[in-house]
Parts: sequence; C-alpha cells; structure tokens
Amino acid sequence: MARVIVYYAHPGHKHSHVNRDMMAAAQAIEGVTFVDLYAEYPRHNINIDKEQERLVNHDIMVFQFPLFWYSTPSLIKEWEDLVLEYGFAYGTGGDALAGKSMMLAITTAGPEEAYQPEGYQHYPLETFLTPLEQTARLCKMAYLPPYVLHAALRAPKEDRVSPHVEGYRRLLMALRDEDYDMAVAGQTKAVFHDSLPLRKGLVQ
Amino acid sequence: MTGFLLLAFVFLVAGVLAVPIATRLGLGSVLGYLIAGIAISPLLAALHVDVVSLQHFAEFGVVMMLFLVGLELEPKLLWQMRNRLLGLGGLQVVVTALLVMAAALVMGQGWSIALAIGLVLSLSSTAIVLQTLGEKGLMKSDGGQGSFSVLLFQDIAVIPMLALIPLLALPELLEATHAVAAHGAEGGDHSAGPLFIETLEGWQRALVTLGAVAAVILAGNYLTSPIFRFIAAAKLRELFVATALTIVIGIALLMTFVGLSPALGTFIAGVVLANSEYRHELESDIEPFKGLLLGLFFMTVGAGINFGLLFGSFGTVLGLTIGLIALKVAVLYALGVIFKIGGGDRWLFALGLAQAGEFGFVLLSFTVANGVIPAAVSDQLLLVVALSMLLTPVLFILYDRIIAKKYSEIQDREADHIDEKGVAIIAGHGRFGGIVNRILRSAGHSTVVLDHSSAQLDMIRKFGFQAFFGDATRPDLLHSAGIDEAKLIVIAIDDREKITQLVHYVHSNHPHVHIVARARDRDHVYEIYAAGCRDIIRETFDGGVRTGRSALEALGMHPFDAEKLVKDFEAADRKALQELAEVYDPDIPAAENEAYVARAREMMEAQEAEMKKGRIGFGIRSERGWMPPVGRPARLGAARDADADDAA
Repeated sequence: MARVIVYYAHPGHKHSHVNRDMMAAAQAIEGVTFVDLYAEYPRHNINIDKEQERLVNHDIMVFQFPLFWYSTPSLIKEWEDLVLEYGFAYGTGGDALAGKSMMLAITTAGPEEAYQPEGYQHYPLETFLTPLEQTARLCKMAYLPPYVLHAALRAPKEDRVSPHVEGYRRLLMALRDEDYDMAVAGQTKAVFHDSLPLRKGLVQ
Repeated sequence: MTGFLLLAFVFLVAGVLAVPIATRLGLGSVLGYLIAGIAISPLLAALHVDVVSLQHFAEFGVVMMLFLVGLELEPKLLWQMRNRLLGLGGLQVVVTALLVMAAALVMGQGWSIALAIGLVLSLSSTAIVLQTLGEKGLMKSDGGQGSFSVLLFQDIAVIPMLALIPLLALPELLEATHAVAAHGAEGGDHSAGPLFIETLEGWQRALVTLGAVAAVILAGNYLTSPIFRFIAAAKLRELFVATALTIVIGIALLMTFVGLSPALGTFIAGVVLANSEYRHELESDIEPFKGLLLGLFFMTVGAGINFGLLFGSFGTVLGLTIGLIALKVAVLYALGVIFKIGGGDRWLFALGLAQAGEFGFVLLSFTVANGVIPAAVSDQLLLVVALSMLLTPVLFILYDRIIAKKYSEIQDREADHIDEKGVAIIAGHGRFGGIVNRILRSAGHSTVVLDHSSAQLDMIRKFGFQAFFGDATRPDLLHSAGIDEAKLIVIAIDDREKITQLVHYVHSNHPHVHIVARARDRDHVYEIYAAGCRDIIRETFDGGVRTGRSALEALGMHPFDAEKLVKDFEAADRKALQELAEVYDPDIPAAENEAYVARAREMMEAQEAEMKKGRIGFGIRSERGWMPPVGRPARLGAARDADADDAA
C-alpha cells in the first residue's frame, strides 16, 4: 500500500465541469488523502509545517487542477514557494521528498490537436509542464506523466466526463495498491482514461 | 492683594508682549523675557519692588525644570552619561574656576577673593541653556547632551562650593557684613545652611542626607502609583496638578532641610519617576508652572541690572564680560575636542555654556554675606553675570545663523539619533487599542500608550508594556507624549465625541501626524471624516464581516467562495461609505440631508439593477476571471483562461 495524497486547486470550483466530479470520486476512495487547497487556505495563508508533515507522511502526490495560463492556479504556486523549502525539499539536507513520486491530473480547455507545433497552442502539453517536472526532479522525486482531459469545457456535452472520472478513480486506487505500472507509464507523454498502464488486467 | 495683582499684571503684560515679538524676530524667548524685564525695571523701581527676593522665588522654576529634565531621563541613560558627567563637567568647573582665579589675581585681587570669583563664574545658566536647547530641539544632539552633563555637574558642584566659601572669609569684611546682616539673611533664605542640620555631627549629617535621598527614591518608586490611583478616583483635574506640585515642593523642602540642592533632589525624583505610568501626567501638570516661573526669573534678571553702575563703568563691565565669555568658550571648546564632540555640536556646546549663571547670583550674595568678596566687587560681578546671560541668546543666534548653517550637512546625517521618541501614540488601551499596540510592538515600533483608566494601566503594566495615565484629548498631555515628533496617532478610545474631538484637534494642529481612528458606527465614520481623518476603521465591521463569512461556510459555501463574496461585500460597502461621506453634513441628521438621501437611493437602485441582471450585486469585480470562458463575452473570458477554445 502506497500512501497517496491528492492536492486539488480550483478557484472557480463551483463553475467546474469536470473537476468537481473528479473531486467527489477521489474523496470517496479509502486510504487516499484529499486536500482542497482553496478550501483549506482561502486567504492564501498556507501552514508550512502542516504541509511538510503531510508530504513526509505520503509516498505519492497528485496535483489535480485545471490548466490556467499554461500553469497551475496561483495557490499551487504559492504552496510550492512556501512548502518546498531549501533544506527540506532540496539543497543541503533537503531529502525529505527523495524517492517519492509526483503526478499531475489536469484538464485543459484546448483540444488535443491544439498542443502541436501546427496547433494554436504551438507547443506540446509536456513543454508547458516542464517547470513542474523539473521541480519533482530537483526534489529527488519520480515524475509520472500527467493524467489529462482535453477540451474539458465540451466534455459534458460529449459525455466524456464520467469515463474520465471513472478512470481517475481507478488510477488513484492503482497508485494506492501499487498496481500502477510506472515503467510502462514512463514511456508515454501523458495518460488518458483509456490508456492507463495498470498491472492487473481486472480493470479496463 | 492689589499690590500683588498689579505686580503680576505688570510682569504678565511685559512677557506676553515681548516674547512673541522676540520669537518672531528669531531672538528666542529668553532674550524676549530679558528685554521685557529691562523695559519694566523703571516701573518696578517706582513701585518699590524687591527684585532680588522676587528672583529667589522665581528660581524655583529651575527646580521644576530639573524635575522635568529628570522625567525625560531614565536611570539607564543617566548611567550611560556618567563619564561625561564627571569628566566633562568636572574639568569644565575646575579649569574655568582656576583660569578665572588667575585672571582675577592678575587684576590685583587677593587669592581668596580670586578663588571665590573663579567658583562663582565657572557656573553656567541651567535656566537659559536648557530652555533654549529645548526650544530649538537640540537636547538630544551631541552638543545638547554634553551641555546637559556639564550643567548637571554644576548643579551638584554648588553644594560643596557653598561649604567652601565661608572658609575664604576675610575678617575685616566679615565685621562689616555683620553690621548689615539683614541683607545676608535675606540672600541666605535660598542658600545658607539650614539650622537643624548644622547642629549634627558630620557622620550624622551624612546619614540624614543619604536617608533623605533614599526616601525620595523609595517614595518615588513605591508611593506615587498608589497615590495617583487614589487621586484618579476623584476624577478632578486640579487634584492632579495639586499633587504634582506637592511632590515637587515637598522634595525641594526636604532637600533644603538636609542641606542638598533642591534642584538636585527634584532631578533625582524626576529620574525615579521617568518609568512611571504617570510620567506624562506629571510633565504636563508641572510644565506651565515651570514656564511661568522661568519667565519671571529671566525678567527679574533683566530688571535687576543696575543701570547706574553699568553706565558708570560700562567699558570695564563690558570688557570683563567679553573676557569671561571668551575664556569660557576657549575652555569648553578644548574640552569638546578632548571628549570628541564633533563639528557643529562642539560650537553649540562651547557658545551655549559661555555665560555665567543664576547660581552665580546666589553664590555672590552668599559670598557677600559671608564676607568673602567686598560689596563693590560683587556689584560689578553681578553686572557681569547678568550681562553675560543677556548676551547668551546672541551667541545662540550666532550659532544658528553661521555655524549650524556651515555644518548643516553633518547635522542632516546625525538627525537619526535625535529622532528617538515614540513614533506612534496610541490613545486608549482597551480591547481595541491593546491589539494595535501589540501589533506595532511586535514589528519593533516604539509606542506611547495613553489611557485614563488606572485599572487598565495596572493590567497593561503587568504584561510589561509602557503605558501612561491621562486623558488623551488634553492637548498638553498629547504634547508631552511627543505628538510633535510622532508620525502616527491611533485613536482607540471608547467615547465617540472624544474621538471626533481628538481627530479634529490633531488634524488641525499637527497636520504632519497620520491619524488612524476608531469609528463607533457608520454615522460616526462621517463625523470623523468631516473632522479630517482619512484612515477610519469601523470597530465592529471586520468582526461582522468575518462572522458573515463563517456563517456562509457553515451553510455549505466553499470557503474560497465565501472569502470572495465577503471581499466584494467589503469593497462595495467601503465604496458606498466613501461616496456618501462626501455629501454627509455633520450639522444635519442623515435622514434630513437631501443630498445624502438622494445619493444613497441612487446607489441602492444601481445595486438592485445589477442584481436583476444576474450579476453578484455588489457592483464589484466578483469572480469573473475564474469563470469558464464558454458562453460569456470574449472580453471577460479571455482574462484568465488563455486555454479558451472556440467551443460554443
């Protein structure tokens, strides 16, 4: 059993199309810690000690958020700035996170084809995520390819929400039960609800 | 009675007329008083006023001044000054006395007369120098501190001098003075040894003296607070004044009784009380008496000048005076070099202390009474002392106009350490001001807290805060709390009328001070706004808003949404408050103020219209940036979500 923590951040939570349901699914899983950052720190007053303790007590961190301006919502950035301290997460003596894993679960408004050199976003998605990937690396953590839903704003109309939410549930359970094939996952840029590299064939 | 009133009237008119004119001309108040004294001297002569005894009475102003100086000086600071006090002060007195003595010997006086003259003239004028330094705000400068050390040492040195002078008596003079003993007794009223103490053995005398000083220190430490608390219960302003005067006069009497200088005794009492919560109360109570008495003193100096003798030997007196000043300046300047008083401050120190002082008058009459100096010499010396005091303001003007200007760059750089008084005044230290005080102090700011509840003060002091007793709406108390140097006043008292009154006073009299004021309610905000404050905090508003936010969360709203909602509410409410303040008239009740009602209705209608359009309704930003871009005008949607696609 791996100890999984989900950090969720969405400043427009009540307008959410997909993340709300993902949150409900994640909260229902036993043995997975779920943190709604905007609910816990509505005034951005992050409790550094508490957060570091949480990190120490978990093996896998999942950050769930909608992509805003090619990055995280501002509270996650604030969280990183404060919690990932020198001497804790990196630098001399900063080994608290060594050997742990980090994964993103993101929704984008743009469709998959936009994230190509000829698409209107011009770059592949992983390029926009390199700051987070490097953050994990500097903290001596494994960086797992993100779990992605593209064109999230159209998803309710196209009935793509519940497969994605169900996939999220299976993903988190597999991470918890150590059934997630990290080696296979490492060969991809991103994973989707229909391409989860789960070890046991029972799901999917 | 009529005689007394007439006399008081004459002095008051002279002072009231002369001092503002002198200040306007940049001559300083001391010169103004001196000139006033000279001007009324013929009138005083016609009224047969005994100027000398009046001067002895007025010298009590010096005692009060030293009490006030002591109040400003914590024991710790005094201890830090000890080297300068003994070194600078001691050398100044000894060297000046010896040089003056040498000069007197050269002029053909006997050695005992010469020594007495040296002692008399080595002293400077505490009254003039401290008054002038205080007026010019130079007390905390290096030169001011050096001057203070010397003056304090001189005040202490008067005591051994009074003991030494009778030993210098000349037999032939003594006989002559016994014949006219009346004059001596009169002068001795202030300075001659008291009767009781004379009858004791040396060791007994020392014991009584030490006992008296110990009594002052102990009573100052342990008795003043209970006494003032007792007085405070009566809630009568004049009782405080009476108590403060009782303290000062009582100490002066005790000190005279045991043969110590009253000025020294009250100074010690002042230092002891410097840490007391009643310090500012005492200061503002004694201050007016000190000012009036010193003014009277300066006028008697001016009035006491014997013009007949002056014009008779004008050249000699002027020559002696200038010689004395030059000699004192030289000694002081050399000491300034030795004790590393820098640049312009050294000149301030040297020129400021170059006169002879009021203790010179005391000692001169004492020397004549004891048959040390012949009356003819003494009369001439009295003129020298008076003239040198008269010239002191001129020396200060010289310093101001020429030397300070030259060194102004250095002064600018050194300005920091002058500026050490409380930066923030907090009026009222209850549930409201207490929080402000704790926050300011945790950020390292020095605060001066004023509160008029004795019980509250006891509590604050137990927690180790500096706090002072007094009604913050009294201008004199604000003054002694340092409103002139303060950057900020936080008005946190309960009484709404007093808050408004205080805002009005500070805004119109001290426009440089930032005012943060506590408002009791919405209407009170307008009152304070009209009184000139632009930093107004409604005392219950923040608490109400936070309660509303908690209630929203309890009803199931996401905490971040609740936060955004109350932020919008706050912003909208504040905006409405500001707009309505512009049309608020303190003289018309809000409901009868047409402009106010019209504006309020207009704003309410606008808000309603927005709510009907489905917006949040506070007319503010709301949360549009975090809403999904779909189905909204592109102008808004593009703001946050760059990832917006073309989905319809």
